[in-house]
Amino acid sequence: MTDTLETPTAHDDHGADVHHGPSDKQFVTIFFILAAITAVEVAVSYIDIGALFLPVLLGLMIVKFFTVVLYFMHIKFDNKLFGRLFYIGLGLAVFVYVAALSTFQFFAG
Amino acid sequence: MSDSLISETVKDAVQIAKDHNGDVHEHDVHAGDNHSDDHGGHHTSLGLSNTKLAMWLFLGSECLLFGGLISTYMLYRNRHSENLGPDQLWDIPFTSATSFVLLTSSLTMVLAVSAANRKDLRNTKIYLGVTALLGALFLAGQIYEFTVFYREGLGFTTSLFSSSFFTLTGFHGVHVSIGIIMLVAMIGMLSKEKVSGDEAEAVEMVGLYWHFVDIVWIIIFTLVYLIPA
Repeated sequence: MTDTLETPTAHDDHGADVHHGPSDKQFVTIFFILAAITAVEVAVSYIDIGALFLPVLLGLMIVKFFTVVLYFMHIKFDNKLFGRLFYIGLGLAVFVYVAALSTFQFFAG
Repeated sequence: MSDSLISETVKDAVQIAKDHNGDVHEHDVHAGDNHSDDHGGHHTSLGLSNTKLAMWLFLGSECLLFGGLISTYMLYRNRHSENLGPDQLWDIPFTSATSFVLLTSSLTMVLAVSAANRKDLRNTKIYLGVTALLGALFLAGQIYEFTVFYREGLGFTTSLFSSSFFTLTGFHGVHVSIGIIMLVAMIGMLSKEKVSGDEAEAVEMVGLYWHFVDIVWIIIFTLVYLIPA
């Protein structure tokens, strides 16, 4: 999916953020890929695929999430410090989510 | 969350600061220019845009807010009466359509940022306007959905499920509303040339916020609507 995209140098000599990344045409291509994934997600919610249901939906959600973050939000092409600040928050949020659910699971009833 | 990510981030920041110190004299030549230089660098201690750094930090903290709200919903999504749960209320085709509208707004937003980087002011304003309209359409869909649920008998205090659902999607709706205000304000400021500093960077900041609203909805759409309780 992402092989067709250029991966230009993200930083100049100062380690500063500069504007590189996909062209408008590539952004449109990425959008159609995201739209197709959304269509597959909705289709999967209507058909019975058994035990694969949850992993497939979560997998597609994660692919969509990181496609937007990496390309539309430019993390792939910007200074890595920006991405790390975001991923720290994201990691803590996932930790909160897992900790809360685990706690209620273990201490329920 | 690993400690290594945090320590690597700190090391990166220190390294960037060290690299930047070597360029102090060159930057002093441009004293008085607070914006990016020809290399895309910035006159800050890190050599990065403080505005952008603050926006990413803010978005990282927003992850925690929505992480808490999503966790709460996941905990309480089964706490409802038999006839007023997700299976009876959700209209997946309708919500899929509004999700597609929000996804499309992300495309127009990224095209606005791209146009701003090319200093194409006309297309920047057009794309920002379309993004705001699509955002308003999404919001209208959410208000319609809330109204339908309310008429079905699902109020904010009806059950733990309804409280957590309305809080989560309502908070997201508030974020979309703020995003629309930011988009409209940006169009006005660009038109009146009131943007202080780098116009492309200002548009990019609005874009980052807007894409964040989109990625939160990507999670809500799957976890709340598509995966049954």
